[in-house]
Amino acid sequence: MPMTKNCPITDLRYLTPDVISITVEAGALAEQAKAGQFVNIKCGEGLLLRRPISICDVNGTRLTVVFQVKGEGTKWLSRRQTGEELDILGPLGHGYDIPQGKVLVVGGGIGVPPMLYAAKCCDEADACVGFRSEKNAILLDELNAACGKVLITSDDGTIGAHGFVDALVRKALREDSYAAVFACGPKAMLKSVYLAAKEGNTPCFVSMEERMGCGLGACLVCACSVGGHYAHVCKDGPVFDAEEVDW
Amino acid sequence: MSKVDMSVSLAGMTMKNPVVVASGTFGFGREFGQFYDISELGGISVKGLTLNPREGNPPPRIAETPMGILNSVGLQNPGVEGFIANELPELKQHDLRIIANISGNTPEEYGIMCERLSEAGVDMIEVNISCPNVKAGGLQYGVVPEMAAEVAREAKSHSSVPVMVKLSPNVTSVVDIAKAAVDAGADALSLINTVRGMRIDVNTRRPVLRMNTGGLSGPAVLPIAVRMVWEVAQAVDVPILGLGGISTGEDAAQIMLAGATAVAVGTACFVDPYAPLKVRDGLEEIAQRQGLSSVTELTGGVLPW
Repeated sequence: MPMTKNCPITDLRYLTPDVISITVEAGALAEQAKAGQFVNIKCGEGLLLRRPISICDVNGTRLTVVFQVKGEGTKWLSRRQTGEELDILGPLGHGYDIPQGKVLVVGGGIGVPPMLYAAKCCDEADACVGFRSEKNAILLDELNAACGKVLITSDDGTIGAHGFVDALVRKALREDSYAAVFACGPKAMLKSVYLAAKEGNTPCFVSMEERMGCGLGACLVCACSVGGHYAHVCKDGPVFDAEEVDW
Repeated sequence: MSKVDMSVSLAGMTMKNPVVVASGTFGFGREFGQFYDISELGGISVKGLTLNPREGNPPPRIAETPMGILNSVGLQNPGVEGFIANELPELKQHDLRIIANISGNTPEEYGIMCERLSEAGVDMIEVNISCPNVKAGGLQYGVVPEMAAEVAREAKSHSSVPVMVKLSPNVTSVVDIAKAAVDAGADALSLINTVRGMRIDVNTRRPVLRMNTGGLSGPAVLPIAVRMVWEVAQAVDVPILGLGGISTGEDAAQIMLAGATAVAVGTACFVDPYAPLKVRDGLEEIAQRQGLSSVTELTGGVLPW
């Protein structure tokens, strides 16, 4: 059951000049959180809507989110300090259903953070992560600790392989067998990962993104075409079976 | 301090308190029922229904604006029969008034929906003649007095429960539309629906909403709602459900002082699921502070200069 809670910030750090990690003491809200779910955070009094952010990690009652500064809301969030409270609504949405066996988690850019908790929730996981460049790479130590192997790629070749993440997925699926592929990132990346997983006959689950209102499934704004109908990212998702998404 | 009587009567429909949740902002109540018993509310105006199920508009359907949001959901809903079969039985388990919000493509469609919903046992029908997000029907009926009257007449003649007509603010004279609806038999009026608006991404030069324009709601529209409720209340004799940007008890008190019998909380539910209860408590506190024995004493109590 989702709840609203004022959660004190226990840690705030910049992973890159515009990507920030915030950890809060969230009590039962954190304890209930599942991989792939998100929280909806109020960003000050001047902005009406909460900002939906994926859960990156959970440690007991502490919950971590990692986000990129994109607009006024995330800018406000990035300027908080340890000890201040955040008004958080969550945990929300349908996350990843964890299968038995080894899972391949795949993240692109700011889609990488939710893959950390997803990997931790699996029996065993390997990761494929893609970044624009070395200076945008985040959470590699954490992923290395949570995964068997971590394959890296970058658009400019400054870290890992030169190219896109779907090439890594194809390689991983050739070399090993996985119960499922979990992916989060830009829609074009998700589609290419889905096609790679399909070639490898591996079920693929993707975390979709759409502009959101309530985060609860009441306002119906975050429509995403799935199986020929508009589903809602906040309630039916954000995680969908890639086979059912209307790409 | 003595207890304030919070009950109100809207066109013969009694409610334990004057706070309703606005159509399209509360679904059919299930999502918010995770946070509290929706029986705490005076009533719910359910997600706008159409005769047949609708998929709604392509995304993005929402854009944030200064103290407001623009939406273009496009009446995604399961249709009247889907509502009656799958949502109404659950809603009836709760102790609150159920207002069915309907939109039609023709006056006849409104009539058919009113008949089915009356039979199915809703407490009131809210006739949406003012949704800005659908191409056929909807808004057009809300901007021409004769057409508003035709829809109101059709709805009224096919309903065995009170009929409330929801007015659009996107008109030259809201009073003319209000009078036409009341003359045609409307038992109550609700106002305001969203205000048409647009937001453009300056980098892509694309409107943020896929449908280009949408309906503005939230605190930004409260003063428009207060003014329109005030104007309409002076022109008609039927009760008004006032809404538009209400997020606190003080906002609700303003709308009631302007002439509303009850209020609806909408966009505020997106920010805080508990907003309707906070509005109710805030309203009670104001009534208590002012020494009122009944919250109804606020209705129309404005002292204009």
